[in-house]
Amino acid sequence: MTQRNKAAPFAATRRQALKLGGAVALSAPFVGRAWASTTEINMLAWYGHGEPDIVGAFEEANNVKFVPKYYAGGDNMLGLIAQSPPGTYDVILSDAEFVQQLDAAGYIEPLDAADYPLDDMLYPDFQKFPGHWSDDTLMSMMVRFGHLGVSYNTTAVSAEEAESYACFWKPELKGKVGHFDWHLPTLGQMSLYNGNGAGLWDLDDAAWAKVQETTMSLRPQVGGFFDFGGTFNGLKNGEMLAMVGIGDWITGILEKDGAPVASVIPKEGGIQWTESYCIGKGSEKADLVKTFIQYMLSPEGQVKSAQMAAYPGNIVTKGGFELLGEVDPKEAARTHQLPGDPMNPITLIDTGRIHYRDIPRQQSLEDWNDFWSEYKNA
Amino acid sequence: MASDPKSRLDLYALSFRLPILVWQALFFVGPLAFMLAMSFFDVKNYRMVETFELKAWERMLTRGYVWDSYFLTLGRAALAALVASLVAFPAAWLLAFRASETQRRWAIFLLVIPFFTSYLVRTFSWLVILAESGVVNAGLGAFGLGPYTMLNTGFGTLVGYLTLVLPLVLILQTVTLAHIDPRLPAAARNLGCPPGRVIWEVVLPLAKTGLVVAALFAFILSFGDFVAPYYLGGSKPPTLPILIIDTTKSGQQWPRAAVVAVMMMLTLFAIAFASIAFAYRKRASK
Repeated sequence: MTQRNKAAPFAATRRQALKLGGAVALSAPFVGRAWASTTEINMLAWYGHGEPDIVGAFEEANNVKFVPKYYAGGDNMLGLIAQSPPGTYDVILSDAEFVQQLDAAGYIEPLDAADYPLDDMLYPDFQKFPGHWSDDTLMSMMVRFGHLGVSYNTTAVSAEEAESYACFWKPELKGKVGHFDWHLPTLGQMSLYNGNGAGLWDLDDAAWAKVQETTMSLRPQVGGFFDFGGTFNGLKNGEMLAMVGIGDWITGILEKDGAPVASVIPKEGGIQWTESYCIGKGSEKADLVKTFIQYMLSPEGQVKSAQMAAYPGNIVTKGGFELLGEVDPKEAARTHQLPGDPMNPITLIDTGRIHYRDIPRQQSLEDWNDFWSEYKNA
Repeated sequence: MASDPKSRLDLYALSFRLPILVWQALFFVGPLAFMLAMSFFDVKNYRMVETFELKAWERMLTRGYVWDSYFLTLGRAALAALVASLVAFPAAWLLAFRASETQRRWAIFLLVIPFFTSYLVRTFSWLVILAESGVVNAGLGAFGLGPYTMLNTGFGTLVGYLTLVLPLVLILQTVTLAHIDPRLPAAARNLGCPPGRVIWEVVLPLAKTGLVVAALFAFILSFGDFVAPYYLGGSKPPTLPILIIDTTKSGQQWPRAAVVAVMMMLTLFAIAFASIAFAYRKRASK
């Protein structure tokens, strides 16, 4: 009796297992077909670009699924690609200054310029953006941009003070100045503060030494070095009252939530981050990726980019600019993306207050990174 | 033939020991050897080149900031081990000598509960608690104190380390003290030994091995922790795990990161061996 009782549940389990196994075996071809009909697109991008608010509608319309791998910083991106087999990433969102390196290393496919709305770009530079063309071949398509300047807590720093990077040295901010943990934007801003203007990336030994000296003098003010989440949190909870190396791409989200933070372009000038899409070398889904890039440059895609949940970016096409004003005038006004606004991002570029982010011209990225490590340890 | 039973026994024992040996060889010794080899590789155009060069070693060992990070990490991990041991000891004493068996079992169960939640999540909750506008400062503010800056400081890092190690140290100490015959400290007291001396001359020598092992675990976990110094210490200044991340993130300098990792491993080996030797030495001589 005991034996039967023990055996019974086992038999039932075995029968159930057989039934389940049979069902799985029978349904496998259907499951396989269902999966096969959704194409996966591997994306390498900054955080947020593969999230539903950006790609959801495109995924639904084209029966695709984005599989994003996120990075922070261009050299981080290059490293990830270098360590992956060719064809791993179908679409790559690159910071503009790294496109040339992607091209030189053979990591991206050439694009057909006729496929993209170059004539609709808001600013002439955007049509032939530096580093995006290899002779007459388009290698990458600019999709959004933003400006880096002084980001600050409006209760601790006045708008007048924020007009210069000098506000970071304000005695009251001791221990309250944060850094976005990437050498390029911070050292670029220090170079601008030193008066290097348009030559901010092209520093000879003396100018580079001076940038290091200026940066080191800021160290006693520094309260921490943060990643994306930490930067966000530091500003939100008031632990950091000013932040070096960022702009509206972080404060914009907080500002929309009602936090007393803002970003401005100081008189010494600001830096432009530019994000561009490339098609990964060896991608078997190049046509789909092309359609996706076209979608992101359409007025609808551009508005989605401007409203991106992770971090906002400015619009690059005239069509997108017009549509944003119609569908989200509040965001258009907040980001000065309105015709005639004196702080319009395009006006800032046009009047020479903005410099495109680049990589150091006379030093290697390694030199800058080495100094960054020293600075963090100082 | 006479060795038959013995060899059978060996095979039997080996069948139990082999999986762990294979596991360790595959997932510890193998990667360790690869990491050591990687420290001699080179990086060109963000790609690792398999070669044998001392470039990464020369570079890292001659950089002042690497040594600054090294001694900082060493000091902070040692401090965490010391503080965790001191803070845990009175509680472990109570649980071992004063609490009933049931109370001790419940206490140990409750001490295990923090491990149910991800360490990262627990660390992030400290952000809310320690912020200048956070819970602690609000409480202190009621008495007209503060606000004090606790985040992005060495104190913040220490809180994070303790979050990670304190429950473990307390469990290890409790189990160790619970194995001491309670009649021994009681006898010492009966013979007129003052409480401090009972702890110093009776309890500590008997519990030395367990206490040292608990402190060693606290040191090892803190020494290699990235989360607390980054999120609660504000990466200011960076500890060795942060330096590893920085090195790999920018320029993909895996060989240089491997150098730092090898330095950390060697340090941990040295400290672990020294601690274990210390923990068992006196006991062996008794």
